[in-house]
Amino acid sequence: MLAYIFRRILILIPTILGISIIVFFMLRITPGDPAELLLGERATDEALHQIREHLGLNKPVYVQYGMFLKRLMKGDLGETIWTRQKVWTEIKERFPATMELSVVALLISCFFGILFGIISATRQYSVFDYLSMLGALIGVSMPIFWLGLVLMLIFSLNLGWLPMSGRLSVGIDLKTITNFYILDAVLTQNWAALKDALWHIIMPAVTLSTIPTAIVARMTRSSMLEVLHQDYIKTAKAKGLSRFTVTFKHALRNALIPVVTTIGLQFGVTLGGAILTETIFAWPGVGKWMFDAVMKRDYMVIQGGTMFIAMLFVLINLVVDVLYAVINPRISMH
Amino acid sequence: MLKKITLFSAVLLFLFSSSMVAAAPKSGGTLIFGRGGDSVGLDPAYETDGNSFMICDNIFEALVFYADESTALEPGLAKSWDIAPDGKTYTFHLRKGVKFHDGTPFDADAVVFSIGRMMKNRNVKFYGKSLEIPAQDRTPEYWVSMEMDDTIGSIEATDEYTVVFKLKRVEAPFLANMGMDFADIISPTAFLKNPKEFIRMPVGTGPFKFVKWVKDDQIILEKNKNYWDKSAGPYLDKIVFRSIPENSVRFLELKAGNIHICQFPNPADIAMAKKDKNLILPTQPGMNIGYLSFNHTKEPWKSNLSLRMAIAHAIDRKAIVDNLYQGMGQVAKNCIPPTMWGYNDKIPGYSFDLKLANEYLAKAGFPEGKGLPEITLWSMPVPRPYNPEGLKIGVAMSADLAKIGIKARIVSYDWGTYLKRQREQPEDMDLFQLGWTGDNGDPDNFLAVLFDGLASSSIRTQWKNEEYHKLMLQGKQTVDQAKRTEIYKKALQVMYDECPVIPVAHSTVIWPSLKNVMNFKLHPTSSVRMKNVWLK
Repeated sequence: MLAYIFRRILILIPTILGISIIVFFMLRITPGDPAELLLGERATDEALHQIREHLGLNKPVYVQYGMFLKRLMKGDLGETIWTRQKVWTEIKERFPATMELSVVALLISCFFGILFGIISATRQYSVFDYLSMLGALIGVSMPIFWLGLVLMLIFSLNLGWLPMSGRLSVGIDLKTITNFYILDAVLTQNWAALKDALWHIIMPAVTLSTIPTAIVARMTRSSMLEVLHQDYIKTAKAKGLSRFTVTFKHALRNALIPVVTTIGLQFGVTLGGAILTETIFAWPGVGKWMFDAVMKRDYMVIQGGTMFIAMLFVLINLVVDVLYAVINPRISMH
Repeated sequence: MLKKITLFSAVLLFLFSSSMVAAAPKSGGTLIFGRGGDSVGLDPAYETDGNSFMICDNIFEALVFYADESTALEPGLAKSWDIAPDGKTYTFHLRKGVKFHDGTPFDADAVVFSIGRMMKNRNVKFYGKSLEIPAQDRTPEYWVSMEMDDTIGSIEATDEYTVVFKLKRVEAPFLANMGMDFADIISPTAFLKNPKEFIRMPVGTGPFKFVKWVKDDQIILEKNKNYWDKSAGPYLDKIVFRSIPENSVRFLELKAGNIHICQFPNPADIAMAKKDKNLILPTQPGMNIGYLSFNHTKEPWKSNLSLRMAIAHAIDRKAIVDNLYQGMGQVAKNCIPPTMWGYNDKIPGYSFDLKLANEYLAKAGFPEGKGLPEITLWSMPVPRPYNPEGLKIGVAMSADLAKIGIKARIVSYDWGTYLKRQREQPEDMDLFQLGWTGDNGDPDNFLAVLFDGLASSSIRTQWKNEEYHKLMLQGKQTVDQAKRTEIYKKALQVMYDECPVIPVAHSTVIWPSLKNVMNFKLHPTSSVRMKNVWLK
């Protein structure tokens, strides 16, 4: 197992090199110039020249790439063009927000997705099956933006149950340690902040979870249906095992493998930036940050942010692969 | 009897006037300001965006202040100044007893340090212990684009509270420039402690102190209890600037009473705000201009005045302002906003008159548009304060031009490319939209910077007119404002006659706020000053 993990980590190197080449050169091909955008209407030749020189943008592209790679090898993602801060500092400030939101959204998705998937599969062609699959279809196709605003209008403006946007109410003081607010509130035993943080995360997490829930539900259903028709299930039933044991102990465990893959992928997607959800709910995460960077052509943020997320994505895939073995010992690690 | 009547009227007058006096400001409370984006950094010398400046406006101060509701100049950290007869030496006498938020005293050396650090050749002299100014790891963009290195020769602290600026040339807008954000005075001690971190830990002399910054979420400021000006404010205990990127959500937060002020709402929400009894609508004509220019580096635009006039009279600018600015603007007749001194109200503006446009077109040698090949109309891809809907406005203009037989094709690029290519004045550009938001309230900041093509190849319009150029130089070199007013009025007349660009509109800024927010005023420079604001 350890050798397998080590091998997988080694494969990371060419993957990351490939990603760095693609990101770097695609950015350079994309029209738009950070210096022009920084100065806007007031750009003068002199000012543009000075900025390009400061940022090293007037050096040949291959030299710029070399510098980028050299820094990358030292684990340095460089400095942003707009805020003149270390890209890593900026990621550290924003990533916990995204991670927290993604984890909660994914927990919601797993719970409801798998639950609805199982019930649909075990009661195939029943009213519940049709309803939950219709729900999944709606979940996948509902515009996030619209859903977010509707939730806000109902639960915040009209009912006043949930806060509209942000991570914490103004006036709630929380000593941040990890920047994961829920975790920090628990660590500092600040229960008022914990309640406030949980209240704030409900709507964005529900909004973000709609698509993954739908995908997980459909995947669970089809995978379960396939497994339920296998001979060993019939055997299990014939042995007189209870319906619960057959479904959860025998069928589900085998049906979960493709579902875990799906969940892993969805996790990667939400981590890479729930741009819309973050924008609507004023959630200060990496998605909105990277999107703004694209609009401003902040090369350093885009490069650094993409490299970070790519590495994370690859790592999640690795974890998923390891999970396979835990779920199903028949899959060996070669 | 007469005495009684007088007494009676005196009492009445007293009662009436006391009811007229606004309620006395109340101290305390936290104001939450909802805005569209986070600040980039908080070192005024290096910032370029409004969201950064609005925080700096409350933490830092400059030698010169702009008046509360105009860009008239008032004493700031300098209580007075003298200008030598040759117009090249400015001596600032500084206020005594002012302290930075870190407790260090504000003095002449702080001024030399703050301004001197932006100079390319640091020709500076301190009065006390000479301070080592670290090398800049960044271009001070405003300093460079305002060509301050060509203006300021040296800065010297001649005693603890006197600073002398020696200029390389007579530059009338210099004093107004010294009121801009980039010229704010910072605490040298705080800066030198950690130069790289200063943009996140700003220390100035202003009415509010920096407390905390959660990136993309909020910036918290608190009252500076030792503020030097005891005459009024600061009243608020705390200000929280919250970033809420989505316009409609920000407005909903205001409606729910969760924020006090909502920056840049959607125009459609303004109508809703007007009906809401809990909201008020502070409004300010923006110090800006959106214009449509001709490519003056190529024919027929360069020398065919009649053709330019034809286009000016063919475009229905009122319809554009009514429908695409959604009423949040006014049709422009000058290229400076009406709130600015130097504005020439005698200019009638180009009327929307198709008959006249057709006559000009015939005179230009293209009767009914015949003989004129399809032209390109560059339309802005992003909303700017002076132009909310570049592409739609382009379509409206093109439809107007079609009415006199001119075919115009809309061209647009991403914003960075648009700006870059426009500066190159390419052959495939005939007409282009652009605009400007003023920096310091000086007409020179519009008229010379945007239209005097003879001054530099960086001028975006590249219109080259000898008479106009002379007037611009005269404007820069005349210190007396009354004389300058006449110069700029004359320059605006030249522009109107020569029609190098078509002024389209000045936009209006409306930021709805809760009813209990008192004394919040939008400033023409779009700076956000919270010193006199209080909560009822």
